[in-house]
Amino acid sequence: MKFAPFIPLLPLAGFLINGLLRNRLSKTATGIVGSGVVLIAFVLSILVFNSAAAGQSQIFQLFEFIKVGSLNIPFEFQVDQLTALFLLVITGVGFLIHVYSTAYMHEESNAHFARYFAYLNLFVFSMLLLVMGGNYVIMFIGWEGVGLCSYLLIGYWFKNREYNNAAKKAFVMNRIGDLGFLIAVFWMIQTFGSTSYANIFTQLPGEASTAVLTGITLLLLVGAMGKSAQIPLYTWLPDAMAGPTPVSALIHAATMVTAGIYMIARSNLMYALAPASMHVVAIVGLATALLAATIAIKQNDIKKVLAYSTVSQLGYMFLGLGVGAFTGAVFHVMTHAFFKALLFLGAGSVIHAMHHQQDMRFYGGLKKFMPITHFTMLMGCLAIAGIPPFSGFFSKDEILVHAFEANPIYYILGLLGALMTAFYMFRLYAMTFMGEHRSDLSHHHPHESPKAMTIPLIVLAVLSVVGGIIGIPALFMHDGHKLNTFLTPVFEGSKQYLEKHEPLSHSQEWMMIAISVSLIVVMIVLAIRKYSKSVDAEATGLGKVLENKWYVDELYDTIIVKPLLAIGGFFNTVVEKSGIDRLVNGVGKGLHYSSRQLRLLQSGNVGSYLLMIVIAIILLIRLVFYVKL
Amino acid sequence: MPISYYIFLAVIIFSIGVTGVLTRRNSIIVFMCIELMLNAVNLLLVAFSKLHHQRMLALDPANITAGTEGQLFVFFIMVVAAAEVSVGLAIIVLMYRNVHSVDINFLNRLKN
Repeated sequence: MKFAPFIPLLPLAGFLINGLLRNRLSKTATGIVGSGVVLIAFVLSILVFNSAAAGQSQIFQLFEFIKVGSLNIPFEFQVDQLTALFLLVITGVGFLIHVYSTAYMHEESNAHFARYFAYLNLFVFSMLLLVMGGNYVIMFIGWEGVGLCSYLLIGYWFKNREYNNAAKKAFVMNRIGDLGFLIAVFWMIQTFGSTSYANIFTQLPGEASTAVLTGITLLLLVGAMGKSAQIPLYTWLPDAMAGPTPVSALIHAATMVTAGIYMIARSNLMYALAPASMHVVAIVGLATALLAATIAIKQNDIKKVLAYSTVSQLGYMFLGLGVGAFTGAVFHVMTHAFFKALLFLGAGSVIHAMHHQQDMRFYGGLKKFMPITHFTMLMGCLAIAGIPPFSGFFSKDEILVHAFEANPIYYILGLLGALMTAFYMFRLYAMTFMGEHRSDLSHHHPHESPKAMTIPLIVLAVLSVVGGIIGIPALFMHDGHKLNTFLTPVFEGSKQYLEKHEPLSHSQEWMMIAISVSLIVVMIVLAIRKYSKSVDAEATGLGKVLENKWYVDELYDTIIVKPLLAIGGFFNTVVEKSGIDRLVNGVGKGLHYSSRQLRLLQSGNVGSYLLMIVIAIILLIRLVFYVKL
Repeated sequence: MPISYYIFLAVIIFSIGVTGVLTRRNSIIVFMCIELMLNAVNLLLVAFSKLHHQRMLALDPANITAGTEGQLFVFFIMVVAAAEVSVGLAIIVLMYRNVHSVDINFLNRLKN
């Protein structure tokens, strides 16, 4: 446990080495430094995880950070079970993605390669800061840091204007959310006089009224909406696919976007005491899960499908949080990190083989060219679709069971989303790997990716398959939910305040599983039959609306961007140019004019100077003797 | 003699000086007029000092030097004025060397 504060320092060191020496280091050296630091961090994380599993948790007061009046915000780390789990996921999946990147990015020049790894290490550092911080301010530093790295990595190919715009969009959308987070932090300081988790949670309940807690938690939710891509701030995530594919896997699927879930799980006591906020979280999550799933069905860009799938799965996690299944949500974060990283890396492998062609309509029949990628992707698809005994089944099932207990409508809509998930994932699978190849093979030949790419795929595939065993529901095995036991110290405080629901009987639960699994299998078969032979025809009607993402981007453009631009134009032309500019220029012109006139007084004529002296003296004398001051 | 006589005389001399400064172009004459103004003020100073001395003497007949500081001061002013004159005349000599004239309207080289 005592090594914990060193974990974030390692990626920071990697960032400094790769960033500062980027013109000197070879690609091999960069790759070893970049991946090595994360590997060491991973090993340390395992040690920390072991002590956390033994029930330890610790607060490290590192140094005084902000001290103003009675407010004291130390730079502190809090390492407990929740943090330990996130540490493992971040450094573990992060390490695999670093290794994968060494092969995926090999076409870049040395300096850009090192820049990429520097950003990636900085990201890991920020993310570790986020989950290790012992108060909301440290969390906010990490929160902003991952946002910055996300911006830098989406715009990694900065010569492409569209990619830059996507990066800016991500940054701006995140900033909108961050404002909510920041206001929540100020409100907490006002209410509790502290931002440390330990201080705040011991003051609850009692120190704050439900109304105040509802306000704080809703503002925190706004922050989570931005970072975790929920309605209405989700549109940046699909655009973020402009970044290199491993970046999409690490940042925009496995880790950064789960920051919002981490934050809400961390604040579980506050949310439990504000039931209204819990309902909002559940509804936002469910709406996002459904909306994103419908969009994913009609996308043809392989990364866009995965991006909307990520948004949809994040929606599930919010649904889980909203119905009080904090463990379930964290469980889904973990399994999702495995299978979504796997799917993104698999997609990256396909894109790599297809020479950066991302449109699935030009894929097809890749099964025989890329056996490893094909097999691992299949595992990922089965996991995300929720087929037992793959990991996604257990986590999704846990969320859905709790949703049913809270409100059967949540369950029905959630199941609908799960069915769509199965459909679009196997649509992706069938369009990519099955049937006949649909592009011209005379110029290039798809090939399996190098070992540095396939080994992470295999490891992640294994994790996706077996990752569920830490959370087997009581239905199958008594005391099988190891994760629940592990996370108990973090979530037990809020348990008594959550709304009580009648737990499902075992027969009901069996029925639910049977219904959902059989329907999912039906969807998979439908998708494979439809898309292994053909692709979508030109979409019309609702299909076109879905293909265009419900026109949400256009809607935002019309109701927010264009009015803002119009206001900006008004201020530019009217207020700035003819108001402020005129005033400033007027002062200048007035001075210029008056000095031109005054200059005439300096004629060079001594006589007139003398006259002026005399007049001035007379005036002065008048002033002194006749004006009463 | 009443003090008003001195004042009138000083005012007349001062006015002649001012008029001369403003109307004449010959720099030597302008210079002389400045001296006139200076001496008019000096004259006033002596006159007022005399008046002051008489007052002080009436108050304290034993102290025969009371209130004569002004008259002493006048000597200093005359010394300073003499020094000033020498500087002024030097300027005029230099001016003559440069422009071959003592007309002040030629002293417009500083313009522009």
